[in-house]
Amino acid sequence: MRNALTDEELHELAAKQTALGELRGTPAVDPVNVPMIRHWLAAMGDENPVYLERGLAPPAMAQVWTMPGLRRAVKDRSPVDELMAALDASGYTGVVATNCEQVHHRYARVGEVLTPATRFTSLAGPKRTALGVGFFATWNITWYAADDEPVAEMLFRVLKFRPREKKPARTPYPLRPAVNQDTAFFWEGVRQGELRVQSCADCGLLRHPPGPLCPQCRSANRSYAVASGHGTLYSYVVHHRPPVPGRETPFVVGVVELPEGVRVVGNVVDCPIEEVAVGMPLRVTYRPMDDELVLPMWTPGEP
Amino acid sequence: MLSGRAAVAGIGATEFSKESGRSELRLAAEAVLAALDDAGLSPADVDGLVTFSQDANQEIAVAREVGVGDLTYFSRVEYGGGAACATVAHAAMAVATGMARTVVCYRAFNERSGRRFGQPDARLGGQPTSQGLEMSWHVPFGLMTPAAWVAMFARRYMHTFGATSEDFGRVAVAMRRHAATNPAAWFHGRPITLEEHQASRWIVEPLRLLDCCQESDGAVALVVTSAERARDLRRSPAVIAAAAQGSAAGQLMMTSYYRDDMSGLPEMGVVGRRLWEMSGLSPSDIRIAILYDHFTPFVLAQLEELGFCGRGEAPAYIADGGIELDGRLPVNPHGGQLGEAYIHGMNGIAEAVRQIRGTAANQLDGVANVLVTAGTGVPTSGLILSAG
Repeated sequence: MRNALTDEELHELAAKQTALGELRGTPAVDPVNVPMIRHWLAAMGDENPVYLERGLAPPAMAQVWTMPGLRRAVKDRSPVDELMAALDASGYTGVVATNCEQVHHRYARVGEVLTPATRFTSLAGPKRTALGVGFFATWNITWYAADDEPVAEMLFRVLKFRPREKKPARTPYPLRPAVNQDTAFFWEGVRQGELRVQSCADCGLLRHPPGPLCPQCRSANRSYAVASGHGTLYSYVVHHRPPVPGRETPFVVGVVELPEGVRVVGNVVDCPIEEVAVGMPLRVTYRPMDDELVLPMWTPGEP
Repeated sequence: MLSGRAAVAGIGATEFSKESGRSELRLAAEAVLAALDDAGLSPADVDGLVTFSQDANQEIAVAREVGVGDLTYFSRVEYGGGAACATVAHAAMAVATGMARTVVCYRAFNERSGRRFGQPDARLGGQPTSQGLEMSWHVPFGLMTPAAWVAMFARRYMHTFGATSEDFGRVAVAMRRHAATNPAAWFHGRPITLEEHQASRWIVEPLRLLDCCQESDGAVALVVTSAERARDLRRSPAVIAAAAQGSAAGQLMMTSYYRDDMSGLPEMGVVGRRLWEMSGLSPSDIRIAILYDHFTPFVLAQLEELGFCGRGEAPAYIADGGIELDGRLPVNPHGGQLGEAYIHGMNGIAEAVRQIRGTAANQLDGVANVLVTAGTGVPTSGLILSAG
């Protein structure tokens, strides 16, 4: 197992591989031959008689002649492999081909033995993509015939990406609030780590629970204040029985008085039950109950 | 004015059990027929029906079952047990205004063998109705049973006035003592001690099991007609000297935690002021109080809101048997909902009628005026029933 590399180290490795320039690979095991061309044409449904009549290989077969097969020897390694292995070890295990551009200088002829040569061209990233964060790796392969005559060239680019973590979906918490246009701002707030108290945009009255109209001035212009997150326990209960869905008993629910002048209800957590007392200072905390719902709760705080 | 215009002329009930074995509609029909028999009236005399919005038996279904024909008045009252006395208030208004001549109020449920109100219901906060949104400030935190909603007030009451769990326990002990000698009570023959109360398990601190009323199957019905007509019927009437509904500023269904004071029941204060004003009576004129006792702490708060004692004085008021049969103000001689049955307060109204008639199991002497309250912690209602 390789060590994971930092993004910087990956770029350093890429520069090293690029500096190696073009590396020759092992010549093809078989020469360009009629049976393979015949199979290819049949598979592709290409009925052009010119290839078999003149002993020419279809240009798109360029890669076919030097494919390494299933038992690849260590000596066949190209400057690309080192980088691919490093990307895998660094968590960029996903791969998808993004570009393939080919240049054909001439047809390969039956009987020719082609030799591939690979140079690593560039590494770009990390970039945020729809598949996940990843690096674009680009390399070029040239296939040579005898006398170093280039027959075909190919630019190949892949995206090596870190697959999005599929978090196992948490069991939906069964005690869900009903939410409408009068209350959505509150629940959106707790998702963002804010305890929002409705305020009248005209007269400034703070109120909780919120509602559509200001009971003091009738205004429907609503805003909200973000509470400091401090509170004092005004009253509380310890629920023992009967069992409550989604909850382990005993648990504490309190009415919390905020310095802003309103009260809110929430659980008191991270405090031994026997130490819970009316008047104790509290601090808000936000607890995810499942993948969607966050509830504001209260822990012992500084006075 | 409504005072003195209408009366309760008949009361009826099924047995109180933990498993009636019958449909809720059948319980309703049985209680309505029993109440009509008690009044000496027939279903053909009925032209009005009133029940709770929580009742599962529609007025028309009950009418069909018992053979009532044309209805000219029917209504439902909201807010759980807070509806109890209000059903009689609505019936009295209908009678006083001529909307109907004979109105039957009823409540029927299998609250123990069917849907139990004390069990958490995750759907409480489910819909963005005004009530669903209100519940949504509490249910997600697991604050979702009546015991828990009441316990939040009880803790604040204890903190404000120095009340203790034993003060709550004395209410339970008194109710069970009364029920012990009431053959209709589920806890007939089964009194408890304060030590037993203190040893009972926590439900929602600071409420213990014996602070919470029982759950019951059963039905109660009440026949309301004009006071004048009631005097000519089979039974001596319980005249409706006052009837009132009450909700206060900043009211929520059962979680009014956001208004100035959490140590009282301002909605019961509204009801009390209306009752005294309408009846011309004062607390000293009341021989018996039937106070809604689904949870013990609110019996204390009611004594204060209704003016039987000052704020924070209820623990002293109930000490030494203050609300027992020979106390300064006998409360719930039938044993209340803690001792007799939980029929959403309607059995308490029937007890008030019996005390005025002189036919109660634990009959007190000289009963001229009985004050009755409905569900507490919710928008509520009350009655003063008087002899005559």
